[in-house]
Amino acid sequence: MTKRNISLLLALVMVLSLLAGCSKPAEQTPAEQTPAETPAAEAPKYSFGMVTDVGGIGDKSFNDSAWAGIEKAGKELGVEPKLLQSTKQDDYTPNLGSMAQSVDLTLAVGFLFEDAMKTTADQYGDKKFGVIDTVVDKPNVMSITFKEHEGSFLVGLIAGLTTKTNTVGFVGGMDFPTIHKFEVGYIAGVKSVNPNAKVIVNYTGAFDNPDKGKEVALAQHQQGADVIFHASGSCGIGVIQAADEKGFWAIGVDQDQAKESKNNKVLCSMIKRVDTATYTVIQAYVNNTFKGGAANALELGLKDEGVGYSDGGNNVPADVAAVVEKYKAAINDGSITIPSTREELETFKPVEIK
Amino acid sequence: MESRMDEIKSTLRNTIKEILYPLTAIIVSFIVGGILVYAFGNNPFAAYKALFLGALGDLNKLGETLVTTTTLILTGLSVAFAYRCGLFNIGAEGQYIMGSVAAVWVGWAFQGLPSILHVTITLLAGALAGGIWAGIVGWLKAKVGSHEVINSIMMNYIAMNLSNYLIMTALNEPGKAFSYEVAPTAKLWRFAESFEQFKYSRLHIGIIIAIIIAFIAYYLLNKTITGYEIRAVGFNPSASEYGGINVKRNIVLAMVISGLFSGLAGGIQTAGVQYRVNNLFGLTGYGFDGISVALVANNNPIGVLLSAFLFGVLQKGGPMMQIEGIPKEVVGIIQGIILLFVASNFVRITVQRYKENKEIKSYMKKEEVK
Repeated sequence: MTKRNISLLLALVMVLSLLAGCSKPAEQTPAEQTPAETPAAEAPKYSFGMVTDVGGIGDKSFNDSAWAGIEKAGKELGVEPKLLQSTKQDDYTPNLGSMAQSVDLTLAVGFLFEDAMKTTADQYGDKKFGVIDTVVDKPNVMSITFKEHEGSFLVGLIAGLTTKTNTVGFVGGMDFPTIHKFEVGYIAGVKSVNPNAKVIVNYTGAFDNPDKGKEVALAQHQQGADVIFHASGSCGIGVIQAADEKGFWAIGVDQDQAKESKNNKVLCSMIKRVDTATYTVIQAYVNNTFKGGAANALELGLKDEGVGYSDGGNNVPADVAAVVEKYKAAINDGSITIPSTREELETFKPVEIK
Repeated sequence: MESRMDEIKSTLRNTIKEILYPLTAIIVSFIVGGILVYAFGNNPFAAYKALFLGALGDLNKLGETLVTTTTLILTGLSVAFAYRCGLFNIGAEGQYIMGSVAAVWVGWAFQGLPSILHVTITLLAGALAGGIWAGIVGWLKAKVGSHEVINSIMMNYIAMNLSNYLIMTALNEPGKAFSYEVAPTAKLWRFAESFEQFKYSRLHIGIIIAIIIAFIAYYLLNKTITGYEIRAVGFNPSASEYGGINVKRNIVLAMVISGLFSGLAGGIQTAGVQYRVNNLFGLTGYGFDGISVALVANNNPIGVLLSAFLFGVLQKGGPMMQIEGIPKEVVGIIQGIILLFVASNFVRITVQRYKENKEIKSYMKKEEVK
């Protein structure tokens, strides 16, 4: 019996030493290399990372896009960016803290990070932070938001020029100011090229309910809408499904959503370049132009290529695209200002550019 | 006197055994997990180093780990308690959500109360909301016999959507996708207020409340008539009924108590950590983690304390592993392996089989000698 025990013990020791043998060299190499390399590198060492919300990488939306911008900057600077994907909403604060401990610049996307970012920025006053799509008023936090109304204006133009029934629809997610920017810009766009068109506006009250999105889109279609723009997160999947089934046009949001439609019924998509935003923050940090606080918050618009439209399904005719380009130029040189609130829309006078 | 000593010795030995079995399973699963990490092309030693440094590296990290542990202790107790009555409470998740919403309402709506009173009613409201939510499931089971698993799962989604509705309407902070913040008087005392060492962590008095609750649950289950009845129903409802125990009453009671724990978890999370409730895009996961915690603890309230801490370490160490470039899924894999090994009782079975073999062999040897 003792023989057996000894042999078992030996086997265990062998297995363990095998493991130790496997990993030791791997562990030592980076440790030995780093001190050797650091003096050789002349440029200051940058380090940055991102904390995602619970959606995580692979959401084909904000997180993916944000990470793409960070990776691009990382490649250019020869820095391996760090990534931390949150598993619980309650963990945003400690996760930001952990990231701030190991890198100089910590990025996060979405209004859900607002509170956590405030706390962490106070705790790590010597570190830098970047937050996208919301504004955090701290000296070491750079905030970037988007002029969604400008991008929405462009797709509004396309909708106004495309509709045959003179009726278009807007499906919003939750009824609050951020989403009003989409609604208002869109209406301004439609009215600019098609003053007599009717715009039906509905809100689903959610961002995560495709069934509700579909229901609302079908109802709008019944009232005559043949182009429907959505700004409603994954409710929009339902809007696009309805478009597929009934054969009207849908307009995507945030990313190019052409792939979501089976029958190529996504006319175009209003896109928010989250990757441009994260890249911009890293650029500011590298070029020492980093400015925190609400007063210095950037709002990326058409000019900065922060918003725009994309036509992944090749559905926008050349003459329509040409009109859009004219308006784009007018927005860029400041001759048109797009309204961003419902109050501004009331005083907005549609401008006709021929 | 002798026999007394022997008794103490044997209980001690049994307790050590009870702890040793899952402990061995955990060590084995860490080794297996390490092999897997290595197979994925990462260094297992670096991974575990990051895991433990991330969870226990300094007092702030430990504090954050204990914040998660607090919640897991309570949801773990919730699942364990119901299980001792033969009920599988998958609804801890929903009870947790109801608890957090009730707590945020009481914490926000009743301004100007003295802090002690306000904190107490905030936590009580949380516990009560969870208790009622679970009580509905228990009542349905007792009254019409519908299965608690199905009902409690459905109640999870009702809770989530109800919570989201309330947060976007009555409790909504205008323009935001979360609720109002609770009043300062409803916030739990944080260690950071008195101890500089915990400055960066959100560690709060809730951990002590959770530990006390675990001992209360232990006492309730093992030293009271109510606990005896609940356990009897768990062992054999028919026999209990025959023995004069009101089975239906005990089912409802066990569910309500179970729900109180989960609801309290939600209340503590709101009053101690979050101060508000977010619009949820999915279930929070604390209730489901509670199932794992209870399982590893073999549904023993004191064991729940240890297993909740283990899961706290895994969850809070995970982010550090990710920063070191190890995929977040690895933590999930290690958790899964631990669960598999502990739940399958494989250490116990292996030891038993080994002993049986030994006995048979020695018996055979004796036979040979004869």
